Amino acid sequence: MSEALLQVQHLKKYFAIPGSIFSRNIGKVKAVDDVSFDVHKGEVLGIVGESGCGKSTTGKALLRLIEPTAGQIFFNGEDITRLSEVEMRKIRRDMQIIFQDPYASLNPRHKIEKILSEPLLVHGIGTKESRRRKVSEILEVVGLSGDHAKRYPHQFSGGQRQRIGIARALIVKPKLIICDEPVSALDVSIQSQILNLMEDLQEEFGLTYVFIAHDLSVVHHISDRIGVMYLGRMVELAENEALYKNPYHPYTKSLLSAVPNPDPDIKQERIILQGDVPSPAEPPSGCAFHTRCPECMDICKSARPDFQQVTEDHFVACHLYGDGFG
Amino acid sequence: MKKPVLEVKELRTHFFTDRGEIPAVDNVSFTIHEGEVLGIVGESGCGKSVTSLSIMGLVPNPPGKIIGGQILFRQQKNNDNRTEDLVTVSKKRMRQIRGNQVAMIFQEPMTSLDPLFTIGFQIIEAVKNHLKVTKKQARQKAIELLKLVGIPRAEEIIDEYPHQLSGGMRQRVMIAVAMSCDPEVLIADEPTTALDVTIQAQILDLMRKLNREKNTAIIMITHDLGVVAEMCDRVVVMYAGKVVEEGDVRTILKSPKHPYTQGLIRSLPKMSNRAERLYSIPGNVPKPGSITYGCRFSPRCPEVSGRCFIEDPELLTLTRGHTCRCFLYEKEGETAHV
Repeated sequence: MSEALLQVQHLKKYFAIPGSIFSRNIGKVKAVDDVSFDVHKGEVLGIVGESGCGKSTTGKALLRLIEPTAGQIFFNGEDITRLSEVEMRKIRRDMQIIFQDPYASLNPRHKIEKILSEPLLVHGIGTKESRRRKVSEILEVVGLSGDHAKRYPHQFSGGQRQRIGIARALIVKPKLIICDEPVSALDVSIQSQILNLMEDLQEEFGLTYVFIAHDLSVVHHISDRIGVMYLGRMVELAENEALYKNPYHPYTKSLLSAVPNPDPDIKQERIILQGDVPSPAEPPSGCAFHTRCPECMDICKSARPDFQQVTEDHFVACHLYGDGFG
Repeated sequence: MKKPVLEVKELRTHFFTDRGEIPAVDNVSFTIHEGEVLGIVGESGCGKSVTSLSIMGLVPNPPGKIIGGQILFRQQKNNDNRTEDLVTVSKKRMRQIRGNQVAMIFQEPMTSLDPLFTIGFQIIEAVKNHLKVTKKQARQKAIELLKLVGIPRAEEIIDEYPHQLSGGMRQRVMIAVAMSCDPEVLIADEPTTALDVTIQAQILDLMRKLNREKNTAIIMITHDLGVVAEMCDRVVVMYAGKVVEEGDVRTILKSPKHPYTQGLIRSLPKMSNRAERLYSIPGNVPKPGSITYGCRFSPRCPEVSGRCFIEDPELLTLTRGHTCRCFLYEKEGETAHV
């Protein structure tokens, strides 16, 4: 197995719920609650989950765009949670992010040239002339043309803007890119263009992706390994095929069964979960999923299950798979 | 043979803007029969939402206007076999029909409920507008409706405000409002797009149940072909304001004929078999009104020929119930008469 580029250990991010001006905080939203995983060099690690499960917070905390409350993140063996702002900025040359909304993530007042050369400027790369050349090169790489550098974001369609977002992440030649729902705002026919582009770039530049999405078929397509999150916790992590063919956690099972399949010949057995996702401000005791779990036992209500390895490369946090299973 | 409930005939809805006249819906025809679920599929800007707003008489005017065509609504309820054209009926009559016989669910459950009023108030308002009932009966009816759509503690929830409910619950309330008068046609515009998969499964399950039990015809507007496979009997595929293909769900998803439908289905990542590489349709989704002559799909079509850029293809009937707008099938198909 290839070595880990990124190691996340017991990552936590709690957001305080402020009270009135005079009172103190009245509670915490545990957006990310003790999540650990490794990202191997050259792989695509998918993170899926429903809204509010903490997947985007996890992605941003990896780059320290959101300061983690606790836990450690090792990038290339170096603990980046203790670095200063200045040192962190240097590291970010190797860790970049692509955002979900291609309409909101590009400054409408700046030309593409400025948007794309800014990361180079921040990291002090090249001269003015070489930066300009790099911008037009990177535009070609993502399937646009060098002339586009002179235009403004509003002159592009959603798919083209997402290409610009990818170019901006790519221009500093990073090792790791966090992709936060990069295709969910796009039309189906454009989505496949962007997914293909991302795969090509990964191969060409030897990139590692953390691919955050809620669309299970997209994650299935692009990922090597997949982590499933529920209410701030990682409930299952496994190799892609293993997870889809043989999910262990009851939540993963129901999530996979809920996806409508466009093939009318496949009639799948659907597990329809009751109720809604509980509020992360007041997560249920024990296993966070026990309120909706079809296989809930007594122990689930009181004890939080450990995130443990059940079979090779297959981790799950569920009491059904206790000691000695498999 | 099932009776047709709603027939849209050569509907043309245009928008008059500073940039000129934009044909958002350009000669669209389709029919929905009683108890049927019809899917309208397409990408952003293809005119699927404007089609549904046209049926509801809710196209913002100005800038939008229905400039041609008919929307024939055949009333089945109370053995009242009237046929009315929703394009020409009076505003007063349209208000009676809207919400009563033809109802709609919108995409955003967050924004389509009024935050200042309780859930109960909003359902009771719909009920009292259309049915002759007392306040007490209307409230009773509202509670029944909330129970019907699977809302727990309906007696308490009825006095709560929309912000106290989750997205899935709000969409259930919207469905309750829409179902309050047992409509004959329910238009659902991307009803599950804003919801999570597990909640989506609940809502689709509910809609299927209502369709079966009440025999309500549903027009399901969506971009998600998975939802189509799951819910629909027939599918209309739209591209840039035009219907490009129509057929039963199996034909459209398994053996589509139009190059756009084919491309759309091939470009989906599949859960069942993981392809090395996805097919993708080159180019961008056209802005409404940017292509005015020739086949609207020609700039992106892999099978394009010179003619496609100049002439507008007709909708051809390939087999019974399967139509397609493409020159490729001119020999086998005959011009569909609509």
